[in-house]
Amino acid sequence: MSNIPNNLKYTKSHEWVRLEADGSVAVGITQHAQDLLGDMVFVETPVVGRELAAGEECAVVESVKAASDVYAPIAGVVLAANADVEASPESINQDAYAAWMFTLKPANAADLDGLLDAAGYEAHVASESH
Amino acid sequence: MLIFEHAHPGRRAHAQAPYNAPLADDLPADMLRQTPPLLPETSELDVVRHYTGLSQKNFSIDTQFYPLGSCTMKYNPRACNSLAMLPQFLNRHPLAAEETGQGFLASMYELQEMLKEVTGMAAVSMAPMAGAHGEFAGVAMIRAYHDARGDTARREIIVPDAAHGTNPATATMCGYVVKEIPTDRQGNVDLDALKAAVGPQTAGLMLTNPSTLGVFEKTIVEIQKIVHEAGGLSYYDGANLNAILGRVRPGDMGFDVIHMNLHKTFSTPHGGGGPGAGPVGVSERLQPFLPIPYVLSEREFYRWATEAEVPHSIGRMSAFGGNMGVLLRAYVYARMLGGRGMQRVAEFAALNANYLAAELKKVGFELAFPERRASHEFIVTLKKLKDETGISAMDFAKRLLDYGFHAPTTYFPMLVPECLLIEPTETESKETLDAFARAMLAVKREAESQPDLVKSAPHKLPSRRLDDGKAARELDLVWKPA
Repeated sequence: MSNIPNNLKYTKSHEWVRLEADGSVAVGITQHAQDLLGDMVFVETPVVGRELAAGEECAVVESVKAASDVYAPIAGVVLAANADVEASPESINQDAYAAWMFTLKPANAADLDGLLDAAGYEAHVASESH
Repeated sequence: MLIFEHAHPGRRAHAQAPYNAPLADDLPADMLRQTPPLLPETSELDVVRHYTGLSQKNFSIDTQFYPLGSCTMKYNPRACNSLAMLPQFLNRHPLAAEETGQGFLASMYELQEMLKEVTGMAAVSMAPMAGAHGEFAGVAMIRAYHDARGDTARREIIVPDAAHGTNPATATMCGYVVKEIPTDRQGNVDLDALKAAVGPQTAGLMLTNPSTLGVFEKTIVEIQKIVHEAGGLSYYDGANLNAILGRVRPGDMGFDVIHMNLHKTFSTPHGGGGPGAGPVGVSERLQPFLPIPYVLSEREFYRWATEAEVPHSIGRMSAFGGNMGVLLRAYVYARMLGGRGMQRVAEFAALNANYLAAELKKVGFELAFPERRASHEFIVTLKKLKDETGISAMDFAKRLLDYGFHAPTTYFPMLVPECLLIEPTETESKETLDAFARAMLAVKREAESQPDLVKSAPHKLPSRRLDDGKAARELDLVWKPA
């Protein structure tokens, strides 16, 4: 079964979200998502300072199988983008939860409560693989 | 080994140097290059052997069963090619007077008429030079239609998620907002989602039928009705026309516009991006907007429609007569088959797909849509096999190469996990299909008993498993001298 850490929040579109000590959130794609996509070959992260609406397309991951959009899990402003992941896309395959793609300053911290917890995401993954 | 690595200083293919050709010695000195170009210096025989050797490493439809099907390229009868290459066609100047090109123009006119007949549309234009070009023409006409009526609030094109990826791209290119609707478990458009999606903002719907899931939309007439009642137009993506050719007609189903990939369904050897032809057929209400070029006939005289006489046309989409070589091959193919022959193409494409699907199901393969009859292609999902043995669809495909079969399409459509999309096409014999089914079963057994053998396949080809990831990350496309 896929690795789904309890300390993270998740989206139905397979992003993981980690609340940091300073109130910002880090965003990446889940272990399950990278498993479906296969070997990553290209990553594009959002520009720092960009304002994102919840659900907005803001990054791209491309694997040997497919190109896929990454969506903003909640509304906010992009604080940082991870140049290391852009330089070595394979780091997502090696450890999806270490390979954060960008961080956001949430427009509204309470929005995090609307995301899935680990159990909720696990159930969502199970429902997709009928 | 690259052709550059065969090079030897001073070696030449003299036969290719023009005899007594005048030198370009009137070029200004400052425009002349100071160093010779970096071209491989090889003999003619080296070149012949090099490229013949490469071609022998290829899998192709001339050498092996090729279950990528019409989606990539089906078998193209040799006659289509040789007749389209007749010197009278080949040497015709595109600016030659219409009076001296009546044979060619008559062929184009008859092709338009045959395409009208087989799709049930009111008019056809040959202008688009590829499938995506045809899609663009189709949606541009939908837009021109709404604009001409002053109905400019229609900003959305609805696209089901089982559509071809080009459909949302086309709608976006034409300035529309794409509204995606889901597919139900049976692979059909979700009618409730469609009803909820249509409204006064709906410009149209783009439908791929049979869809990328390889099934015919069961409620296609109702889908039409919902879109038309909302004031939208309907677009039929004819990329999978092979499945329905002459059996059902998009015009009869009520569609307003269709594009056809003649290079796929109508016999043009192609690949790697061309050459193609993507004519569009339209209903009566879209006829004024057809792009040029297309051919008109007046008292047995054939001529191109002019810009002046079709003022509402979305415009000229290709120079001269479109992609004439592809159109001529399509003409020969259509004339050889005739109406009944075209129906047989669809019948045998569907029969072969359903026979192979049934054979594979019998020996334990899981079909993605087991309750549905396949159209011209079907999907096997290897999800269970991967969970049990670790063998992925990619591993499976690589091992099939060792058995002498080109692999089917892998990982498309993306809606189905670990999938193989198999399209045998109409020209394969039962013996070939049986041999392919036996190879599939053999690989499945190997996956269960000797997974490492499958994981490291192919073993019998000139190249072993390549590192797709590394190849894409570290692009190495240009040869440089050591």
